[in-house]
Amino acid sequence: MNEPIITVTGLSKKYNITHQRGGYIALRDIIANAFRNPFRFLKSKAKSMIGRETQEEFWALKGIDFEVMKGEAIGIIGSNGAGKSTLLKILSKITPPTEGEVVLRGRVASLLEVGTGFHPELSGRENILLNGAILGMTRKEIASKFDDIVKFSGVEKFIDTPVKRYSSGMYVRLAFSVAAHMEPDILIVDEVLAVGDAEFQKKCLGKMDEVTQTAHRTVLFVSHNMSAIQKLCKRTILLEHGKVKMIGKTDEVIAAYLESNPLTQEGSLKTRKDRRGEGNIKLSSFFVENEKGERVNNIFSGGLYTLCFGYETKDGREAHDLSVASAITGPDNAPLSLNWSRYTNEDKNTAPAKGIIRCEIRQKFPFAPGLYHISANLFSGETIQDYIKNLGVFEVQEGNFYGTGADIKHSPILLEQHWSIKEE
Amino acid sequence: MATQKAEITVIRPKKTFSLGDLREIWQYKELLYFFTWRDLKVRYKQTAIGVAWAIFQPFMTMIVFSVFFGRLLKVPSDGVPYPIFVYTGLLFWQFFSGALSETSNVLLGNQSIITKVYFPRLILPLSAVITQLVDFLVATAMLIALMFYYHYTPHLAGLFILPLLLLITFLASVGGGLFLASINVKYRDVRYILPYFIQLLLYITPVIYPASIAGKYSWILAINPMTGVIKAARGAILGTEPINWLLLGISLVAVSVLMTIGVYFFKKTERYFADIV
Repeated sequence: MNEPIITVTGLSKKYNITHQRGGYIALRDIIANAFRNPFRFLKSKAKSMIGRETQEEFWALKGIDFEVMKGEAIGIIGSNGAGKSTLLKILSKITPPTEGEVVLRGRVASLLEVGTGFHPELSGRENILLNGAILGMTRKEIASKFDDIVKFSGVEKFIDTPVKRYSSGMYVRLAFSVAAHMEPDILIVDEVLAVGDAEFQKKCLGKMDEVTQTAHRTVLFVSHNMSAIQKLCKRTILLEHGKVKMIGKTDEVIAAYLESNPLTQEGSLKTRKDRRGEGNIKLSSFFVENEKGERVNNIFSGGLYTLCFGYETKDGREAHDLSVASAITGPDNAPLSLNWSRYTNEDKNTAPAKGIIRCEIRQKFPFAPGLYHISANLFSGETIQDYIKNLGVFEVQEGNFYGTGADIKHSPILLEQHWSIKEE
Repeated sequence: MATQKAEITVIRPKKTFSLGDLREIWQYKELLYFFTWRDLKVRYKQTAIGVAWAIFQPFMTMIVFSVFFGRLLKVPSDGVPYPIFVYTGLLFWQFFSGALSETSNVLLGNQSIITKVYFPRLILPLSAVITQLVDFLVATAMLIALMFYYHYTPHLAGLFILPLLLLITFLASVGGGLFLASINVKYRDVRYILPYFIQLLLYITPVIYPASIAGKYSWILAINPMTGVIKAARGAILGTEPINWLLLGISLVAVSVLMTIGVYFFKKTERYFADIV
């Protein structure tokens, strides 16, 4: 009975770099190459034929082992390129492993994206049927849950309208509702909750929690959102460079992750793929400075900090009407504070092609100890150029906010205060 | 739920083609149904005449061919009214060429789904062909109308051969299509060559003219499996000539080989497809 529902042993996945970059070659180019440089062409052909090609190998995953028990919700975290997505792709049978084995004891459904296979020309009703089938539901299952799905999504009125006329919020809500009503034994979820509005996200997290608690389903959850992982998963796997660095209690694993992934992000922001926007100007780095202008990775409540967002334009020309709107969300994923130069009327008309936008917080850092996320929206005028949700995660540590060393409890937000008594 | 026997999935590096694949396709038959349903629905959405397009295309081609080849060039048609003669050929031709080009694009056209969800990939070409088959059946209505118009009595017994002919056409188009779909992933040249190739193939298939026109060289035409199919279709339904069972047999073997090659390449490509797009 106590057999693990997922057993992963020695799982590895290799990519050939040449393969990855190529993929799209025209026969024309190969022939042209052969004529232009016949000697080199023959040499490389001969090399590949006898298998002595010098292809660069890249192990996205190397020797992964872990087990998951039934009814467990397990989180997977790691920085970009740690192999999270590859692991999910192998578990959902989209790409085969190079070595190793996975045994899944139950019906699997994977949700790497909401609304896979949604067709813009089809109506909401038709897309529910199609998407349900793609996710592996039977027709009977879909029919019996159809009303619940529609109700959960809240788009009853537009159910017979083609989804191309939906707002993006409605689209996501409908898509997630279908996914939320799957009844697999094992549910594999990628960073899909990063879309949709906060309220709906909360509803989805609640639904997922309910699924693991009451129906004893097993959930594998990958996210950049540490708070969501903390809330949903008891155990977490930390991946680093394609290997399991740590498996254990979520709190401990997140602490280890934060330690090895400082708040300062020099080049890593450029490689983030989970971003949206025009992309003509992109966020390139993020760091926090203290009052002395030193970069810090530890944030204390009560400290004085400046948030710094590095950016670059694609064409190297100067940017216009540049501004960053940056949100800080708290432990239960609720937005706490939005900082934007538009509020303070400090938008700059022109900005250099490459630079750092600085937001000095002119007050003591007011949040109580806990996990916080920072997101950033880079605007030029009204256009969103680059948007990265959960751009950074940091743990606020206990600081001496009031300068008294007092042990502060039950106060998620700290306000500067002065008390006195006046005689009447 | 607890009494239900748990399905066990094992994921391992190598995956060779096995009978298990066929069973899996059967398990996913509902998805096959939905993909076909989607393609049919989407194809004729926001069009004024809807499914009539399935008839319109071969019908207009038939008229143009009848005027230029039948009337003006006086291409022989084995004693059958030329419109009926050419339409019979066109029906099979459109099924073949449509299925071939749809199938060859099946991996790239569905990459957003393929890279996100697992299902047996062979479902996609199957649904593409079934969609074409529906068009074929709709367009057949026009052939019947033509026969009434010309007061032509078909050989009803010939209808029994129809499933065999459809099977050969199916194997030929899917076999070739799967092969092309696999190449298409790596070399997008396919996209440019194929329409041209299909057009060329039309002229070396006896659609516009009877196979008998080639005289002693007609064996060259016989290399093309569609020659056998179209000849047999005319022989069976219009009674223009006895059915050449040997030719059909050769065609069936040839397309089975083609299908095997196609499936082999497709399965090979399918494994790493999600990694390279």
